[in-house]
Amino acid sequence: MKRFTWFNAVSLTLGFAFLYIPMLILIIFSFNESKLVTVWAGFSTKWYGELLQNEAFLDAAWVTIKVAVLSSTAATVLGTMAAYVIVRGGRFYGRTLFSGMIYAPLVMPEVITGLSLLLLFIAIGLDRGVFTIVLAHTTFSMCYVSVVVSSRLVSFDRSVEEAALDLGCTPFEAFRLVTLPIIFPAVLSGWLLAFTLSLDDLVIASFTAGPSSTTLPIKIFSSVRLGVSPEINALSTIMIAIVAVGVISASLVSKRAIARQAKETQEAVRA
Amino acid sequence: MSEFEAHAPVEAPPSEDTAPIGPPAFAPWNDPDQKPLIQFRNVTKRFGDFTAIDKLTIDIYAKEFFALLGPSGCGKTTLMRMLAGFETPTEGDILLDGKNIVPVPPNKRPVNMMFQSYALFPHLTVAQNIAFGLERSNMPKDKVAARVDEMLKLVQLQKFGGRKPHQISGGQRQRVALARSLAKAPKLLLLDEPLGALDKKLRGETQFELMEIQEKTGTTFVIVTHDQEEAMTVASRIAVMDHGRMVQVDTPDRIYELPNSVYVADFIGDVNLIEGNAASHHKDGKVEIHWAEGAPPIVGTPMVPVANGTRCTFGIRPEKVHITKKLPEGKANIVRGKIVDIAYLGNISTYHVALPTGEIIKAQASNNRRIERRRFTWDDEVWLWWSETAGVVLTG
Repeated sequence: MKRFTWFNAVSLTLGFAFLYIPMLILIIFSFNESKLVTVWAGFSTKWYGELLQNEAFLDAAWVTIKVAVLSSTAATVLGTMAAYVIVRGGRFYGRTLFSGMIYAPLVMPEVITGLSLLLLFIAIGLDRGVFTIVLAHTTFSMCYVSVVVSSRLVSFDRSVEEAALDLGCTPFEAFRLVTLPIIFPAVLSGWLLAFTLSLDDLVIASFTAGPSSTTLPIKIFSSVRLGVSPEINALSTIMIAIVAVGVISASLVSKRAIARQAKETQEAVRA
Repeated sequence: MSEFEAHAPVEAPPSEDTAPIGPPAFAPWNDPDQKPLIQFRNVTKRFGDFTAIDKLTIDIYAKEFFALLGPSGCGKTTLMRMLAGFETPTEGDILLDGKNIVPVPPNKRPVNMMFQSYALFPHLTVAQNIAFGLERSNMPKDKVAARVDEMLKLVQLQKFGGRKPHQISGGQRQRVALARSLAKAPKLLLLDEPLGALDKKLRGETQFELMEIQEKTGTTFVIVTHDQEEAMTVASRIAVMDHGRMVQVDTPDRIYELPNSVYVADFIGDVNLIEGNAASHHKDGKVEIHWAEGAPPIVGTPMVPVANGTRCTFGIRPEKVHITKKLPEGKANIVRGKIVDIAYLGNISTYHVALPTGEIIKAQASNNRRIERRRFTWDDEVWLWWSETAGVVLTG
């Protein structure tokens, strides 16, 4: 398929246009001089300056990052533990039920998850705030981590763990010194997945957030209801930039790691 | 369980004056004063309804190179995993140095294992892999480094200590796995199909290396294999297993020459099996086996007395069957037949000779002449003969 054909060119253009034109428009209008979102009045970066003055947005951003870091870390720990038990625990009574129940939240409508968490927090009298959002995000993102980690564990040679036990490790040491380093890439991508899920969650966060703990998606959503401002465009552009930089650098790092490994292997063969 | 935490040095060998007179053969299993290192006592292992090991009792002595041989599913791997501590027997005891090790977890046993897949830690270098077990046993750092160097030297990988497992060849990985499992100087080393992943030529070389290392370190080795040639080469004793039972436990030469059953004779090497009825005892214990209407009986020497009329099987190795063109004179067992197939293996040829009764007997002859001078070819009428003591009479 290396040959240039009109069909290839058209489908490529259409596909990428479909994906990126909305974002492109958002980015372009974030540099608009005018306050009107749909009328171009010349290039300016003033909205970025105003954004940095807007404490409500900055507070929301800080809450979002706090929630994302805490909840994705907790979800990674819990999800990895759950995956380990389900894959390695052998056949215990009710294993199929447990593994099914771990994955159920993946298909559960977010509205239901959010509502049930809200009811729970009210029932036990927990004041809604950062802590409740962290709890809620941990709940729904740990099953994603569990899926990622367990798929790695399934393809993992069990005898490597047995070798660690055989060489004198307690089961916990074997996990810490052998299993965890080997599955670490999967754990890390589970964490990243949980982090991004938490970052852009609107539905569950709006059920579980309190008045003092607005996350960025909630803030954006509620300000858009009063009309789209170029400030929002600027904020969104920054988020796109952060995500793009993150994704590109992650892929560069992994590419470099693969290249280094290939080079080392080549040297080993030559020796 | 503290006595299991430290790996004590292997006991000193028996002094010269207590050894039996004659050539100093290594045969502790014949010495009633020797205490076995490992004892299985009536060990049974069931997985659900499936019985993997069936009331098995066996003694393994210090410094032995003990091979567990059998087809897949015979229970040999289960037996080894019970020694390592990864499986618990359903019934029975496993004793190491006289102490029951069944309740001892794998990390507290003075036993190490070399895994079939090698199970090297991919995130650690060769040297770190070897040091792994030593670091778990609170050994001082400088001693760990010295021991790692010693092990690298033992397996001739001094230059590769800094490499990761994916940067070395399969044969080198095998040696790293061996060095890692020997580093803690275990009382017992378990080897699960250690050479299975190597190609044939490398496997042959590695077998001798393995024996050398076993002798040098004085460790007791228990090896699991399905390759009978490998077991014959390396082992001091072989246990032939079938369906969770030991069929025969003996030295390689006795397993080959004196199998105790048709199963063992058939499993180890190539064999001609002829069924018949035992009859007319000779004075010297020889029996005649009537195997076909009108054919002269086969004369053989049974291991245990065989009653008249017992259904038995005569087994003879192809290399003990002589093949000639002329009628041999004064031989006990002579049959005539036609060559139907020749398997030319270079150094030897195996002739498949069809008898008038329908049996096919395999005879082997070494090819000490060049190909153009070969004596026999397809459809040749030939005589086969063997001596009265060449074969075995099997009743099991």
